[in-house]
Amino acid sequence: MERIPILQMGEFLLVTIQVDMHDQLALTLQDDLSERINRTSARGVLIDISALDMVDSFIGRMIGTISGLSRIMDAQTVLVGMQPAVAITLVELGMTLPGVATALNVERGMKLLRERVENS
Amino acid sequence: MATLHATTVQALQSNKLSLLTTWIESLEASGATRNVKEADLKQQANDFLNTLIAALEQGGSQNVNHENWAETRVLLEKLSHSRALVGQDSQQTASFIFALKGPLFALLQREYAEQPAQLAEQLWEISELLDALGMHTIRTFQKSRELVIKRQQEELLELSTPVVKLWDGVLALPMIGTLDSQRTQVVMESLLQRIVDTGAEIAIIDITGVPTVDTLVAQHLLKTVTAIRLMGADCIISGVRPQIAQTIVHLGLDLQGVVTKANLADALALSLKRLGVTVTKAV
Repeated sequence: MERIPILQMGEFLLVTIQVDMHDQLALTLQDDLSERINRTSARGVLIDISALDMVDSFIGRMIGTISGLSRIMDAQTVLVGMQPAVAITLVELGMTLPGVATALNVERGMKLLRERVENS
Repeated sequence: MATLHATTVQALQSNKLSLLTTWIESLEASGATRNVKEADLKQQANDFLNTLIAALEQGGSQNVNHENWAETRVLLEKLSHSRALVGQDSQQTASFIFALKGPLFALLQREYAEQPAQLAEQLWEISELLDALGMHTIRTFQKSRELVIKRQQEELLELSTPVVKLWDGVLALPMIGTLDSQRTQVVMESLLQRIVDTGAEIAIIDITGVPTVDTLVAQHLLKTVTAIRLMGADCIISGVRPQIAQTIVHLGLDLQGVVTKANLADALALSLKRLGVTVTKAV
């Protein structure tokens, strides 16, 4: 079955979504990620969606859910590389993803993640 | 439905030159040739007569939608398009065809001087034909004009929303004029694209040039701010004039933690501070 890889970098987990998300893939990712956070006791999760050029409300909600569940498991989440079209779509769908930290690219995302982990 | 006689078509063919001269004379007299070069006009008139006669010689249908008339139609479409571009109005464009009626009727009158019944029939036919061609010209003229207007509207939209770079990592968007959904869309797209291209961390939206802020405008602004935040950049709204601040408060609008500044200079100062840049006066 198709899976989105979750890479470990020290105390951080790195998720890069490089294929079109469909519902089952999103649910699998959600399960895998929570399981990995639990196993590695990661402090931060960085989700790179720069290759994602299409979203629907389900994927939008999934992003919010992942962020929420990581926070409960004491891992900060930063979402990086959202494309303009995706941002506009999410806003038009009314999904403003409150509480999700965002950054322009992976480099800045890592910087933000370290700051947040230090402060938490 | 009666058709044009072969004699009529022949008369057209043999009197083409004199027809052309009188036609152009009447065109010039009516003032329909303004902004059109004389050589161009002659060429167009000549081409039109040629295709008209060619189509008539193929005989059969008087219906201008028939394929025999394809060449004539294309010619007229080109003509009305070029007229629309030089700014002629629909009347001037239509007169190009209708001015041909005078010389043509005179010609037919000479040709059928002895046969009044035939004359009336042929006149009616040719009149119908020219009317149909004239209508076609006007239709395409209108289409061309609509295209011009649409293009100008789009250009205006693009022009009125420039994204400027204020500092390394700071973009500014001075908004001028009323904000509607369509403009917000264009603004949002161009700003977000520039954020991706330049990797800017801070975007300043200056609303000094926005005359009024109502609930709808505020909603559009919030959408833009949210989209910018989702992309991972920060947004500052500057240029909030006292009246606008009052309106926003009176309307009970909640700007949901959006950073607002009175003017662009304050917004720039804040961005520099966030970037960790200090500006000092050289002594």
